[in-house]
Amino acid sequence: MFIFRLILKNALRHKLRTFLTILGICIAVTAFGFLRTIVTAWSAGVEMSSVTRMITRHKVSFIMPLPKSYREKIQAISDVDLVTYANWFGGLYKDPNDWKNFFPRMAVDPETYFDIYPEFVLSEKELLDFRKERNACIVGNKLAKEHGFKIGDIISMDGDIYPGKWDFVVRGIYKGKDETWDETQMLFQWDYLNERIAQQQPTRQGNVGWYVLRVKDQNAMPIVAREVDELFSNSRAGTKTETEKEFQQSFVSMSSAIITSLEAISYIIIGIILLILANTIAMAARERTREYAVLKTLGFSSIHIVGLIAGESLLLAGLGGALGLALTFPISAGFAKLFPTFFPIFNVEDITIILAVSVALFAGIIAATFPTSATLRTKIADGLRQIG
Amino acid sequence: MAGNGFIQVDKVSKSYQRDTIKVEVLTNISLTVPEGEFLALMGPSGSGKTTLLNLIAGIDRPDQGTVVVNTVDIDGLGESALAKWRANNVGFIFQFYNLMPVLTAYENVELPLLLTKLSKKEKKEHVETALNLVGLADRIHHYPRQLSGGQEQRVAIARALVTDPALIVADEPTGDLDKVSAEEIMTLLERLNKEFKKTIVMVTHDPRAAEKAHKVMHLDKGELTKG
Ligand SMILES: Nc1ncnc2c1ncn2[C@@H]1O[C@H](COP(=O)(O)OP(=O)(O)O)[C@@H](O)[C@H]1O
Ligand SMILES: [Mg+2]
Repeated sequence: MFIFRLILKNALRHKLRTFLTILGICIAVTAFGFLRTIVTAWSAGVEMSSVTRMITRHKVSFIMPLPKSYREKIQAISDVDLVTYANWFGGLYKDPNDWKNFFPRMAVDPETYFDIYPEFVLSEKELLDFRKERNACIVGNKLAKEHGFKIGDIISMDGDIYPGKWDFVVRGIYKGKDETWDETQMLFQWDYLNERIAQQQPTRQGNVGWYVLRVKDQNAMPIVAREVDELFSNSRAGTKTETEKEFQQSFVSMSSAIITSLEAISYIIIGIILLILANTIAMAARERTREYAVLKTLGFSSIHIVGLIAGESLLLAGLGGALGLALTFPISAGFAKLFPTFFPIFNVEDITIILAVSVALFAGIIAATFPTSATLRTKIADGLRQIG
Repeated sequence: MAGNGFIQVDKVSKSYQRDTIKVEVLTNISLTVPEGEFLALMGPSGSGKTTLLNLIAGIDRPDQGTVVVNTVDIDGLGESALAKWRANNVGFIFQFYNLMPVLTAYENVELPLLLTKLSKKEKKEHVETALNLVGLADRIHHYPRQLSGGQEQRVAIARALVTDPALIVADEPTGDLDKVSAEEIMTLLERLNKEFKKTIVMVTHDPRAAEKAHKVMHLDKGELTKG
């Protein structure tokens, strides 16, 4: 239609200005989409937490161990359905400065861990193989792909928290229940860890890093927390019990200042998009004051004028936004590749896409508002008087 | 109030507010233009010629008095009705042509027809007829910047007459042109008046242009006199 042709022709009048505007919006939208992706990736850990799981850890710090003997006592609490435990292993795998070698490694109870975490999807055979062999391990699908691990492979690493040279044999490769589940972990038998430690540092044997509890009823969680912590309040190692969600949040909140600033920056970017576009549209509308007055003289109505200005604004915002969004994907993917285990889940979420598109459209409309109303307010006689 | 002219300007006043000062431009002006007239309005710069022309053409409104064109009291029309009225009844020619720079000659002439219900084919016929009339049939795909001033003004004339309006207003149509081009433009306007019976009100500084008109009036210090 004619009006679209005129919008296009108007937009192409100052090719460099239009190009720079679109480029500016494109870069800003890319930055916006990328930052939002980081923010959502960061909070994914909290969101995927289960509603019936609780974590019991040392009262003082997560890194201090608890006696394994607590397990029976916790299990005995009436609202507790099942208890499992795990240790953070740490260790150094190959070049520790390469991010891809920095994946989580944990010693877990092979009998109960996967019952409490059904998010790990494993075949029955893999699970049985894992339980049979003392130094067996299970790795995430994404991790296996990243390093080329296959069933039967030996993974060797040097311990740091638990010194010595450690060899693990891959007996299973798990998939996440859905795409939000971290597929970069490596899990091995707690007994393997404990036996080696018993030989080398007997004082450290029989300890677990933390307990994971499954409760029968979500409403019982506060009671369970109180009961567990009271149970050990006079012990050598006091406990702190909280829901998995609270536990995850305490991790995330360590970095929450960074996340909050990233979020703030993403909002600032919206402002930048607006300013870039508003500047271009205002300039264009001012330059064309006389032309708009001529159009009005010829009988064109306010709707036509609004259409011309807002249309051009939306065209630039739309093009810049689409390009920026298109760029968000490869950039996020590249980032995820660079730090494969840092953000286990790093997807450009639908909500990010929707937000980026809305931001661009919103900017397109707002940027056109003032030039449009200024143009409409200008009387024809005044507009025609305008020189240039 | 009396009279039965095609254009009936009756006791019209118009002032502008410049900062705090009120500038009286037109005071109690009356003017009757019969149908088919070719009227030239002369007067010193700043005397209010453009202002009067704008009132007649319905692109501005008087503070007092009435303007009736072809039996329509244009002050009684709302904004959009007035816009529609202009599109149907008035053709505009400006000193600086005022073509859309991004549109070709053809598209510029087509512009007023976009507000009509004519079919594509009819529009094409109208545009081509108008461009033929001004002698620019071979320049239809040129952009304004590729045309000379005289040619641009001829495109503007084609745009003014493509909707076949009864009234044509021209504000210093030769003011920016060399002698030869001005001559061509005046010949065209004369033809529009004689052949196509358009009523023309033309503001001009140029005595040679005024010669082509049937009647010349002078506007000076808010007063309109026959000349
Ligand atoms: N929109 C306006 N605002 C303020 N003053 C105006 C406006 N339009 C015209 N004037 C003033 O009114 C007077 C008449 O202007 P105009 O009708 O353009 O005269 P002319 O066309 O005869 O040169 C001038 O002094 C001009 O500065
Ligand atoms: Mg003037």
